[in-house]
Amino acid sequence: MSAYRVLVGCKRVIDYAVKIRVKPDKLGVVTDGVKHSMNPFDEIAIEEAIRLKEKKLASEVVAFSCGPTASQETLRTAMAMGADRAIHVEIDGKEAETLQPIHVAKLLSKVAQEEKIDIIMLGKQAIDDDCNQTAQMTASLLNWPQATFASKIENDNGSFKVTREIDGGLETIKVKLPAVISADLRLNEPRYATLPNIMKAKKKPLAKKKPSDYGVEVKAHQQVLKVEDPPVRQAGQKLETVEDLVVKLKDGGFV
Amino acid sequence: MLHTRTFTSNIFKLQNAEHLSLYRSIFLCQEVKQKSDQSREIYGSSDSKMAEIIYNSDHIQLQQSLRKIIDQEINPYVDQWEKDGHFPAKTVFKKLGSAGFLGVTKPTDYGGLGLDFTYSVAMAEELGNINCGGVPMAIGVQTDMATPALARFGSDKLKKEFLEPSISGDSVACLGVSEVGAGSDVANINTRGSRQGDDLIINGGKMWITNGTQADWMCLLANTGEQKQQHKNKSLICLPMNLPGITIAKKIDKMGMRCSDTAQIYFEDVRVPRSHIIGEEGKGFVYQMLQFQEERLYAAAVLISPLENIIRETAKYTLQREAFGKPLLSNQVIHFRLAELETEIELLRSLLYRTVALYIAGNDVTKLASMCKLKSGRLARELIDSCLQYWGGMGFTNDVLVSRLYRDFRLISIGGGADEVMLSVICKYLNILPK
Repeated sequence: MSAYRVLVGCKRVIDYAVKIRVKPDKLGVVTDGVKHSMNPFDEIAIEEAIRLKEKKLASEVVAFSCGPTASQETLRTAMAMGADRAIHVEIDGKEAETLQPIHVAKLLSKVAQEEKIDIIMLGKQAIDDDCNQTAQMTASLLNWPQATFASKIENDNGSFKVTREIDGGLETIKVKLPAVISADLRLNEPRYATLPNIMKAKKKPLAKKKPSDYGVEVKAHQQVLKVEDPPVRQAGQKLETVEDLVVKLKDGGFV
Repeated sequence: MLHTRTFTSNIFKLQNAEHLSLYRSIFLCQEVKQKSDQSREIYGSSDSKMAEIIYNSDHIQLQQSLRKIIDQEINPYVDQWEKDGHFPAKTVFKKLGSAGFLGVTKPTDYGGLGLDFTYSVAMAEELGNINCGGVPMAIGVQTDMATPALARFGSDKLKKEFLEPSISGDSVACLGVSEVGAGSDVANINTRGSRQGDDLIINGGKMWITNGTQADWMCLLANTGEQKQQHKNKSLICLPMNLPGITIAKKIDKMGMRCSDTAQIYFEDVRVPRSHIIGEEGKGFVYQMLQFQEERLYAAAVLISPLENIIRETAKYTLQREAFGKPLLSNQVIHFRLAELETEIELLRSLLYRTVALYIAGNDVTKLASMCKLKSGRLARELIDSCLQYWGGMGFTNDVLVSRLYRDFRLISIGGGADEVMLSVICKYLNILPK
């Protein structure tokens, strides 16, 4: 049984703990000087890929990110966690703002073909756009099977048995490789990048590419019209009894 | 003028090309886009550490990784530890040690990373994000007070037995220097190690020992030579804390740093092999003095983040707290005062970074390091006292961070080199200290 080559996508997003503020021009959110980190679901994807390597199921873990130069920080964190090398597809600030999952999926599929990848691991969604599309689109472009919202992955002789978190509970499917997997929250708990590994990661290769190297166009095909804060939450009402509640619901036309 | 020239020539001596390019951009006025400081949540934090003269992207990565550990393994428990008057040093140090954070500047042969002092400073700055003073202080004792002399001068056998587990976090270390009758006046300690064949018999006692109730070993300073020459008759000894004759007499009940255990310890005929002496017998005092500069810089570095945090927390609080129809923050005295204090923090930071840069270039920075220590203790008191006032009654409760840091940081002017000692050092360099 030969070891698999794994490609992991990671995205540099605004840190989950930061309070998001809308820009005064209402065309986006404030990103200047704001703390950024790796998308939490992508951290989980990287962790799973490294665990596959530790179990000797994977031979190489390649981290991938597309975005402005700062995305390289994210890749360095991925390598500090244990990825063997990284590929950065440079997309400048303006174009990065309008980058869509379909663009990323096209790049991922081209990279996967060039690098002879067996498993693509992605986070299920990015916490900035919450699209939850990249894994599905990538699988479709490559015509590979997909196992999304993975909360458990088990090896099964050339296939993977993946437990998925779905609305109704848990579903277990078997996917033949090569395949695309997207990581959900409970798949694992990512390790800390230890200091020795951070230092070792400096020597790992980081390839710098452009979308044209893969023949992919990343032109915007959407335009953001407006970004607004969600409406301020209205005060609720305290009621004494269940009967009162039913009356209110009936009056409001909810029942 | 001379100082600037020396400083700039030292910057040029630095091998790191990144330092050179930073020098050029800062001193030759090439455009460096200094991102404006914003507080972590609302008021942002300086995400532009890359522009700082002593740091590069490795330092930032170190800080980011350490921050994760602080956020997940330390801060959620600090309130409880403060209540208990105790934090589990073994557990915390093991977590830090496993991630490589207890041996940043220590030799690689014993599990350390062998990096330069700028990485210690980066780590100290990040530790300042812990919501109390006690835990960073305890970590500092482990990494920068009890172990540097051992790392530099100890025998291979001693390093394997005491340094290696201290780096991995399996051993908790403490420093035994201060005594009831000798704190600032280190030369006057009374603890004796009398020679008996191949052993030393230790008698005496130590005071103010951080980690004292949990430590596996102590880096002990004792008189081992002739009474006369006080600077040449002391030795540093690796003392296992489970030896018969060692009594942890008291866990001191302190005003602040409450989660850090501070012990008074007695030694009664404690027998330890002479091979446990670090380096040369009689050189203990000199060895300990060698690391004073690093200790003082560490103290300053650990304060920068909490002081910044308090300013932002105070701004946040006074923005939503209204009096007489408007937020407290809109009173000019308050927002102007915060701006004044923010200026002071940046001045301290600049002094710290400059001193660190000179230090790693091989200079003697005793005067500047003492200034860093002096300024940090005094600024901490001034800043936190001013901010606490603006918190009003809330500032006086134990529910807020500002009151905890008010108690914790009062120690900075006292321990690790009292203000008065720092002033004496500076006077010496000015040639104005009476003979």
